[in-house]
Amino acid sequence: MLVVVEQFLNGLQFGLLLFLLAAGLTLVFGIMDFVNLAHGSLYMMGAYFAATFVAWTNSFILGVFMALGATLLLGVVLEFVALRHLYGRDHLDHVLATFGLILFFNDAVRLIWGPAGLVLPLPSWLTMPVQILPGVYYPAYRLSIIVVALLVAALLYWVVMRTRVGMLIRAGASNREMIGALGINIKLLFTLVFGLGAALAGLAGLMQAPILTVQIGMGENILILAFVIIVIGGIGSIRGAFLAAIFVGLIDTLGRAFLPDLLRMVLSSTAASTAAPALSSMLIYLLMAIVLVVRPEGLFPAAKR
Amino acid sequence: MKSLLNPRNAVVALVIAGLLLLPVYSAVSGNLFILTMFTRIVILALAAASLNLIMGYGGMMSFGHAAYLGIGGYAVGILAFEGIGSGFIQWPVALIASALFALVIGSLSLRTRGVYFIMITLAFAQMAYYVASALSRYGADDGLTIYKRSSFGPLVDLSNRTQFYYVCLACLFGGIYLIRRIVNSRFGLVLQGVRSNEQRMQAIGFNANRYRLVCFVISGTICGLSGALLANNTDFVSPAVMYWTRSGDLMVMVILGGMGSLFGPVIGTIVFLVLEELLSQVTEYWALIMGPLLLLIVLFARGGIMGLLGRFSRG
Repeated sequence: MLVVVEQFLNGLQFGLLLFLLAAGLTLVFGIMDFVNLAHGSLYMMGAYFAATFVAWTNSFILGVFMALGATLLLGVVLEFVALRHLYGRDHLDHVLATFGLILFFNDAVRLIWGPAGLVLPLPSWLTMPVQILPGVYYPAYRLSIIVVALLVAALLYWVVMRTRVGMLIRAGASNREMIGALGINIKLLFTLVFGLGAALAGLAGLMQAPILTVQIGMGENILILAFVIIVIGGIGSIRGAFLAAIFVGLIDTLGRAFLPDLLRMVLSSTAASTAAPALSSMLIYLLMAIVLVVRPEGLFPAAKR
Repeated sequence: MKSLLNPRNAVVALVIAGLLLLPVYSAVSGNLFILTMFTRIVILALAAASLNLIMGYGGMMSFGHAAYLGIGGYAVGILAFEGIGSGFIQWPVALIASALFALVIGSLSLRTRGVYFIMITLAFAQMAYYVASALSRYGADDGLTIYKRSSFGPLVDLSNRTQFYYVCLACLFGGIYLIRRIVNSRFGLVLQGVRSNEQRMQAIGFNANRYRLVCFVISGTICGLSGALLANNTDFVSPAVMYWTRSGDLMVMVILGGMGSLFGPVIGTIVFLVLEELLSQVTEYWALIMGPLLLLIVLFARGGIMGLLGRFSRG
């Protein structure tokens, strides 16, 4: 029972992290119709920035905020220099150009920080376990990820649904040309949304960093997961991304945790221990394939154009 | 009537001649490395050409094409591991397995369009990747070493570098010839019609998806052959050949060379891999240059290299 609660929370935490990544991706896709494979690189950069700034300032909180700012700035610069010229082009052009950016970022990181990974050490107040239920302890850091991600999700919801900028974002998602014609500075809006998406990706990366190591290519696998999420949730839909992310996070984590034991009931233990990780990784793609076949628009499609 | 003698055709002729004569150069100069490198280029050019068939002519943006490289490779590897060394069995199995895989994922994926199609093909390729990394009998993540290349009796000896190179080259030219025949046939014309206006083709009575599916399967089968060659070339097959970045590489090769032109993918593959090699000799950080270069190509050279050459030919 203990293990189940713990793994459930791990799944929730991973899902929320995925949501942060997927939210930026789905906003950029929904509003600018832009496929950004380099989103995973921003996630990676967030983690590297955090590891660097935390080491510089000797303060976890200060370093994290500096890293967030740096990722946001990087996103804005990236959009301004290169990506804005690609809006309105074919999706294939986006894929190719941002694939080039992935190559660039991976090698840039290797040049600046070296091929070995970095570690982002946690301050002592985040490393102790917290009692969440009588007799159930959970690491404070993972718990704080859940809290921060939920807060950010709420904030995002508030910004998108309750503010003027959010209204423009939603309007942009449903009809780009029209809000441009109404005199809204759509270029600025796009840059803003891209920067926001970059910051969210950076936040996801730096929060994941203390759990895993900070390394080159860390954004690639998780980027594919984020794409799976926005496809399952319906492209352009933040609500869909939220639900799909939690769903995928839970399936992935619970699959990894419990599938080996389940398989051991039917298979030999060696076969089960090699088959289980692959099978649990596959589960998500299987889910996506089923969703696409049954509901090609995703489970919670955004409003029709 | 356009003149046959234009820059585009001249480049294509040069490339063909160069590829044919490369082993001679390699033997005369004693540069064995260039032969090894171009064997790999020729094999991947076949994969890129097969991707070009569905992307350039069929309008289907598959982001999972590397899966067939793996399936073809594993067909050879697994059969060799189980003691069946004959290429007459290995290669047909590789082709059939790729075709079946393409049939299954194609019939599911073709229910979607656009970016959803890109994503679903990616998802299926990732599934294949994870299946391969679970094959504990065949090396799982570490891959499978192939101790003996496919044997074709006294016909050819694939362990001989030059003979293997020409086998690969024959497969490449055969593949391109086949694609040319397909593209210019009635089937190919319907396919291109579907690409430009699906509704209209449906309205005059063509079942668009059926044409797409057949094209998808043919493309997958050709790519499976490339996978079988690749496994023979490296004497090794591992899940890494199916990783999604490999599919991305293939897409880059096609677009770099010029999507929807017969020889574009070949030229794209040569440029991509030679550039990679040259840049990695200059600096360890070759991708630092390659990445922005791709971006520039997308921004300023639409239609790839063949498109650029075409622009010269027209005026």
